[in-house]
Amino acid sequence: MELIGLFLDPLGYSFVIRALLAAIVVGIVCSVLGTYIVLQGMAFFGDALAHTILPGVVVAFLLGWPLAIGALAMGILTALGIGALTSRGMIKEDTAIGVIFAGFFALGVALLSVTGNYTIDLAHFLFGNLLGVSTTDLIVTLLLGGIVLSVIFLFYKEFLVISFDPILATTLRLPTGFLRYLLLVLIAVTIVVALQVVGIALMLAMLVTPAAAASLLTRRLPSMMLVAAFIGAISGVTGIYASFHLDIATGPAVVLAASVIFLIVFLIAPGRGVVWTRVRSQV
Amino acid sequence: MTRLKTGGVEHVDNAPTLEVSDVSVVYASGTNGLTSMSSRLPDGNHYALEDISFRVDAGRQVAVVGPNGAGKSTLFKVIVGTIKPNKGSVNVFGHDPDCHICIAYVPQRNQIDWAFPVTVEDVVMMGRVGQIGLFRWPRRQDWQIVRESLDRVHASHLAKKQIGELSGGQQQRVFIARALAQGADLLLMDEPFSGLDAPSHDAILDILGSLRGDAVTVMVATHDLNLAGEYFDLVMLLNQHIVAYGLVDEVLTSPNLMRAYGGHMHVVEGQEESLMITDSCCDHGEEITV
Repeated sequence: MELIGLFLDPLGYSFVIRALLAAIVVGIVCSVLGTYIVLQGMAFFGDALAHTILPGVVVAFLLGWPLAIGALAMGILTALGIGALTSRGMIKEDTAIGVIFAGFFALGVALLSVTGNYTIDLAHFLFGNLLGVSTTDLIVTLLLGGIVLSVIFLFYKEFLVISFDPILATTLRLPTGFLRYLLLVLIAVTIVVALQVVGIALMLAMLVTPAAAASLLTRRLPSMMLVAAFIGAISGVTGIYASFHLDIATGPAVVLAASVIFLIVFLIAPGRGVVWTRVRSQV
Repeated sequence: MTRLKTGGVEHVDNAPTLEVSDVSVVYASGTNGLTSMSSRLPDGNHYALEDISFRVDAGRQVAVVGPNGAGKSTLFKVIVGTIKPNKGSVNVFGHDPDCHICIAYVPQRNQIDWAFPVTVEDVVMMGRVGQIGLFRWPRRQDWQIVRESLDRVHASHLAKKQIGELSGGQQQRVFIARALAQGADLLLMDEPFSGLDAPSHDAILDILGSLRGDAVTVMVATHDLNLAGEYFDLVMLLNQHIVAYGLVDEVLTSPNLMRAYGGHMHVVEGQEESLMITDSCCDHGEEITV
């Protein structure tokens, strides 16, 4: 009975139920999109994008607009900015990302510091505010998350080709520029969706950790996406329960849950985990 | 084998498979990529390719040889259309490469992430993506073509394997199968033989031989001068510019090799004259008897 109580008690609060739903949706969306981020080696870019959207989100927040609009505008501006800095060949791409990442993030924090509620708002943007998810937030999350998953589904084979072999994408005359921008827009939208759950500072964990764990367990992209989605959703639920019972901050709890799952997989993944290979090498 | 619908533009009748005219590509020093920097040519930039002109007729098999940094990969990428030449033009069947989906490129093996979560049949199916079109899924006919393509490279039994589980020779064959599934009329392969053992070489050469029946035009970049000399119809000796291009006997002569390989070549006195070519960044040099 004790155990069932641990599980059911939190469900008596509607804010917990909303948080659970939001965390599950975000866990799934981030993890599925995250497989492409992991496979294309875009982790640093994803982290940078999460930070650079801050000024856009802050401006939208201050003007009372949907946050997604500000985030998208900044996402596209970031991509164009990185392209412009690197196109002349004088600055390497990771350096350009670093410059833009830090600059825009500082701008976002500076804009936010003008407002009265500075510290609380900043904390929410940085680390999420999962327990403050309203019904409207939940609907927006579901809507945007659904759009992201649908686009990934519709362009599945094209994204697979540009991730695996960009030159093949060219020889097949796929619209590579469009697909790259589309992926970028998807990442920007996903970041907005995940903003309230884990916040900017921990965004990268949701994008990368479940997908990285899934990559150790699977050998085809569709199964990698499914397993990543499952790990993402489980992390969300586990994190919220841990947060409720142990009284720790919710966003970090979700990320810690994902990290623990990754660590377990890394150690004992069948055929590929550390323990497995060590045992096999001794037989 | 099912005749593949080629897609892309109509091929111009009697146009050569490939015609490259006056192509130059400028390599921008100090960056890790090729960019168009024609306006800043004098400042330490150099040509990756200079004034390249040649043609290849349908069904011919050409070996492109030259030292490291000769521009072999760059030339292939220009033909494929991923690098735009700073000067000159490339015509495939009478049109710009961008119009075609019948040009297949098999990358060097170190360009591929072999841990990528795809099976052999997934990789071959990628060749079909251009024909399948946006918002559609592979049909039964596409899977049929994938199976036939794998069959032609004797790799049907590998269909369900993750690509990282294959040997180097098997990996090359799977990529040839992908080119077949793509319906390639022009196949470019970048160093397909490097790091492979002799049986794997032979298996690939057999498959390339079988392509003659389909009039597939093949260009292969290779370090292996003996192989280039023995197997291919035509040989191109490349080092930024074309040193020689034509039949094997006319191209692989000591003066030509001297011009192409320069300081990396030593003449070893023997009963027959022989040349020793050592490429600075390869773990093994090539030897050829002329």
